[in-house]
Amino acid sequence: MKQKSKKINYSKWGYIFILPFFACFFIFSLIPLIDTIRYSFYEYFRSGLKEIGPNFIGMANYVSLLKSDMLKYAGNTLVLWLIGFVPQIVISLLLASWFVDARLKIRGQQFFKVVIYLPNLIMASAFAMLFFTLFSNKGPINSILLSLGITDNPIDFMGTVFGTRTLVGVMNFLMWFGNTTIMLMAAIMGISPDIFEASEIDGCNSMQRFFRITLPLIRPILAYTLITSIIGGLQMFDVPQILTNGQGSPDRTSMTLIMFLNNHLKSKNYGMAGALSVYLFIVSGILCFIVYRITNDDDPDGSKAASKKNKKMGRR
Amino acid sequence: MKKKIVSILLMAAIAASTLTGCGGSNSGSQTGDTAKVSNNAQTSGTANAGGDTQAEEGNVINIYSFNDELRTRITAVYPEIVETSEDGTTSTLKDGTIIRWIINPNQDGVYQDKLDEALNNQLTAAADDKVDIFAAELDYIVKYTDADIDAAMTLESLGINPDTDLADQFEFTKTVACDQNGVQRASTWQACPGVLVYRRDIAMEVFGTDDPVEIGKRTKDWETMKETAEALKANGYYTFSCYADTFRTYNNSMAEAWVAPGETVVRVDQKILDWVKDSKEWKDAGYFDPAVKGQWNSDWFTAMSSSSKVFAFLFPAWGIDTQVKPNWDGEEGAWAVTNAPLSYNWGGTFVLAAEYTDNPQHVKEIILALTADTDNLTKISKEYADFTNAKSVMQAAASDDSFASDFLGGQNPYTYFTPGADTIKMAPLSAYDQGCVELIQNAFGDYLQDQIDYDKAKENFETAIRERYPEITEIQWPE
Repeated sequence: MKQKSKKINYSKWGYIFILPFFACFFIFSLIPLIDTIRYSFYEYFRSGLKEIGPNFIGMANYVSLLKSDMLKYAGNTLVLWLIGFVPQIVISLLLASWFVDARLKIRGQQFFKVVIYLPNLIMASAFAMLFFTLFSNKGPINSILLSLGITDNPIDFMGTVFGTRTLVGVMNFLMWFGNTTIMLMAAIMGISPDIFEASEIDGCNSMQRFFRITLPLIRPILAYTLITSIIGGLQMFDVPQILTNGQGSPDRTSMTLIMFLNNHLKSKNYGMAGALSVYLFIVSGILCFIVYRITNDDDPDGSKAASKKNKKMGRR
Repeated sequence: MKKKIVSILLMAAIAASTLTGCGGSNSGSQTGDTAKVSNNAQTSGTANAGGDTQAEEGNVINIYSFNDELRTRITAVYPEIVETSEDGTTSTLKDGTIIRWIINPNQDGVYQDKLDEALNNQLTAAADDKVDIFAAELDYIVKYTDADIDAAMTLESLGINPDTDLADQFEFTKTVACDQNGVQRASTWQACPGVLVYRRDIAMEVFGTDDPVEIGKRTKDWETMKETAEALKANGYYTFSCYADTFRTYNNSMAEAWVAPGETVVRVDQKILDWVKDSKEWKDAGYFDPAVKGQWNSDWFTAMSSSSKVFAFLFPAWGIDTQVKPNWDGEEGAWAVTNAPLSYNWGGTFVLAAEYTDNPQHVKEIILALTADTDNLTKISKEYADFTNAKSVMQAAASDDSFASDFLGGQNPYTYFTPGADTIKMAPLSAYDQGCVELIQNAFGDYLQDQIDYDKAKENFETAIRERYPEITEIQWPE
């Protein structure tokens, strides 16, 4: 009897301890979230100081967004993300496998780990501002190129589609490759050394070891990195915003979805911005679902899938 | 039992910390309130002791502005101010009233966002938190002088008679400060006739003279200007830094507003397309510095330095003082002003009294001291090189050498400002001006950079306008 009541007490404390989080989440996240969805069905904006709406207009915001250039901006976002992500994952994999390789014995590992992580500590907007100044027409990069005689005229980096997109990609790469490296290192270190030793005894070379052992075994983490990076990429905003002064110039080719959203918020157009947010929410939701499935089902030591299998076996 | 107490304590501590985290701003403002109350007690004491008649005046004057221009001008001329705190956020008046300077930058609409928020809460805000005075730039003043919104008090209801009290002001500054019914709701201390600011050393090298009169003959209209540009190009110099520099001269001569009152149609004026056409021609001819793309960026600022090959800029008085001067790294006296190819007006900061202010008397005094008192305006002209809004003072300044500027090599710039001011005809304004001006320059900037073709630029402008102003239904282009 006594023991039973004690048990109940413990779980009660658990709930009480997590209560502050849920209270904050409810007030500061859930209510605004529901409000956003609600307003997406309304015409609701400000013209000067006059407020127009909210008038219920059904799905009109969603329809007019589909008719607008939204898909083009989604494409821009995808391209900008790819330019950053492809080199990021390649370099990170390479660095991670080098760093954890016991035979290479790289010195000053700790130092390099800190250095590659450093760019991530700078605020994205400050980083973008730095690049903006560095690569401006009369900036230091152009001065160096001119004085070295590499070009005769200053190169207009931010005046071309290729230049702007590359700069955004490079910045995203520099900011995030350290983070990814450290995550992948943790994943590789999680692989049992026995497997590596066994492979070496069987005469595996380092290429084979990487592609046949390391890569398959860190697949869940790789998938996780991929999906979180896509979700982060969907929300890409500060770097292109600062670099192009919020214009997505040239010709709106570096305008991301969130910059598009921000343009609507300039006129406090909560209706249209809400509808766009709902679209983004759905896409991120699908991506989250995928990552959930991957991390749960493919787990080698098996939480969900393995336990299901076990149950089935047991029944048989 | 002991464990239970410990865990309760822990929980309480966590809860308390999260709650303070959430309510940080709240508690902050509370302490602020108590501070204010004690202040109130003090000030009311002094007010009573002095036998002041302004019993119903509030204790805090909130002044919203987008840079410290307004603060420096008011502190310079309003005699009631005793001292200003070191960080520049508050000033104290002789009767104990406090002025709070609330400054938010113009960039990205931050200032207007904050101001709109405050004005929308004006009715419910506590007396000491009400906006009393706010500044507005010419580009968006119409938004605030709108009679239907009633955000700004009419000058008359403040007790200022525009016809007698502001008789010395330039007519166009009074016209643009009126609402749609012709009632004046704002006042300014500056007028912004534009001139051409040029480098003396380049003029000397190319034309053999740096005399403003001689150079003025070469810049008197666009046709002559083109020949001048050709001569400059032959010597390896650029006439202007970029196409955005000339924009204001065209924009200011528009015949109709971007958006007619009560309509939701943006009409692009022929003058704007002329600007696009001429800019294209000038750019292809090599009269602009190809490295500069638009204004207010580092490349543009560098174009004002001694290493630059740019001959001239089109600026009103404030541009010389706040842009050219800080960016120039050579010796003083290297610049001079002369007449621009077209007389135009660029910008101007207007002062408005917010409706429901709790300090109407102080507000009236400040506006009068800043924008109507000729002695004060003379002082502002001398100290800050503003072209001030007083016809008589400016007329006198044009021939008074004590207004000469060292930065301009001892030249008296008012000789050129003043005649410019007399001939200004303001383009009709609309509440959409800021967005239209900004977005058309961006859209056609891409075209002028050869990134997109003409029709695509038009299309981009339409898209951007519809994003910025959802109520716009149509965009019309001239035939």
